[in-house]
Amino acid sequence: MAEAPSNIDIDYVAGLARIHLTPEEKETFSVQLGDILHYFDKLNHVDVSGIEPTAHAFPAYNIWQEDVAEPAFAPGEALLNAPEQRQNQVVVPKVVEDA
Amino acid sequence: MSEALTFKPAAQLSDMLGRGALSSVELTQAVIDRCDAVDDKVGAFLYRDSEAALAAAKDSDERRHRGEALGPLDGIPVGLKDVICLKGQPLTCASKILERFISPYDATVTSRLKAAGAVLYGKLNMDEFAMGSSTENSGFLKTANPWNLTCIPGGSSGGSAAAVAAGELPLTLGSDTGGSIRQPAALCGVVGMKPTYGLVSRYGLSAYASSLDQIGPFARTVEDVAMILEVIAGHDSRDSTSWKTDIPNYRVQLREGKDSWTIGIPKEYFGEGLDPEVREAVEKAILFYEGRGATLKEISLPHTDLAVSVYYIIATAECSSNLARYDGIRYTSRAENPADGVDLYRKTRGENFGPEVKRRVILGTYVLSSGYYDAYYLRAQKVRTLIRNDFMSEFDAGVDVVLTPTSPTPAFKLGERTDDPLKMYLADIYTICTNLAGLPGISMNCGFNSNGLPIGLQLIGKPFGEADLLKVAHQFDASHDFNEATPEL
Repeated sequence: MAEAPSNIDIDYVAGLARIHLTPEEKETFSVQLGDILHYFDKLNHVDVSGIEPTAHAFPAYNIWQEDVAEPAFAPGEALLNAPEQRQNQVVVPKVVEDA
Repeated sequence: MSEALTFKPAAQLSDMLGRGALSSVELTQAVIDRCDAVDDKVGAFLYRDSEAALAAAKDSDERRHRGEALGPLDGIPVGLKDVICLKGQPLTCASKILERFISPYDATVTSRLKAAGAVLYGKLNMDEFAMGSSTENSGFLKTANPWNLTCIPGGSSGGSAAAVAAGELPLTLGSDTGGSIRQPAALCGVVGMKPTYGLVSRYGLSAYASSLDQIGPFARTVEDVAMILEVIAGHDSRDSTSWKTDIPNYRVQLREGKDSWTIGIPKEYFGEGLDPEVREAVEKAILFYEGRGATLKEISLPHTDLAVSVYYIIATAECSSNLARYDGIRYTSRAENPADGVDLYRKTRGENFGPEVKRRVILGTYVLSSGYYDAYYLRAQKVRTLIRNDFMSEFDAGVDVVLTPTSPTPAFKLGERTDDPLKMYLADIYTICTNLAGLPGISMNCGFNSNGLPIGLQLIGKPFGEADLLKVAHQFDASHDFNEATPEL
């Protein structure tokens, strides 16, 4: 297994996470996350060959349910928490370029 | 009078309501008065609707007068950690990103409590999105430890623990992803239980790390925990990880004592870093069980030392995915004047998430990112298997419950660890394995240190072994009076 690096490209990862960081936050988080990744190094010394990963403590598969219509939110309830709404719809910024 | 009343265990209050010695309106008013008197100091609540609580209490009294009381919780005030939905009331998860959010529906635990007649009162403070061990990561408010107002109450369910410790509420619910019920219960000197993963529905619990999160109760006694667990536990088709299992009458079963328990004492939980006074109090508890005929067995859980690493990889990976929904589009807070769609996400999240949430989402994004997935996430999931196997092989070898300290130290000072996230993470070292293995765990008070701070004893049970776990815990709790001590406020 490749040795995990103990530093992190904070601009790249914050970009993936869609979080804007201030220059001060970038500096602080880089150091703190470096320390945490260094602490994680101890996992590299464990032999995990042949061990199955655990995603859930008690895996339950194929939970089926009848497709029955149930009462749902009225538009007003569903839109209760929307930052901006118009004509029973959530207003979002324009995401397509002008032609 | 009213102060003494609000410190009574829920089971006693329930008996008084049943005998007509107390009305729910009187009890609820006493709770409101107590909160008015002390919550400026404690800071347990993010939101209280006293009018709604009194109306529910009046309904409860009227039901009782008609001879239609719904059960032992009817008329008892219960508070919810502000990560659990209560229709029509705010749900903030202590985050600015949900500052104006109103729950459009009830969580399953909430509707079960309502159906049992409980008087729901208050949304309780917490670390933002349940990420933290001291409640200092709340976006709104610091909560103090009722035993020493300069100390943290623990976290992330710090408000839920402090409210019970301060005599503000007899029962509360919290959520536990890596110790967030048991650690604050220990630090505030109350009882707190994380049930087996899948016993209590997570529908209406705002997700942090879905494979680890579980809702559970806080109370003054183990009997009270049994009483509320019966109401909230059980299969729910709205949570696909909810387990189909019969829910016994935990409270009645407490009386069916048994002295032939085999109690496992894992040596890894008594090593370096354990505070001497905590060790002494926990060792006294071990002697108590020995005196009651339990067989003590020294055991080894050899992968314990890896649990903090495994947890902070798996939990942050899951949270980076779960919290992607807070993008400024649907949930209340939205940044002004974004350059484009992606900038709207970046600014909304940058402006509204607190530092710990940012740290964890970034860490989780990193461990899932291309090139690092196998090195971190997949490897952590494999070590998770080893941690679970450690416990299961001891249970297979005859251990009924595992006994440990809940926290390596009593409550630390407010501000002491806020600049050192790794040190804060190590506060969870004794509670995390239970979540990784999906097991039930309970913490109760087993004494006080020389500064008057409570010390927590943790018992860990077999999967869906809540009935036995509660019996073993009750044996200790009912034979000591630690739960009768009350802080001066």
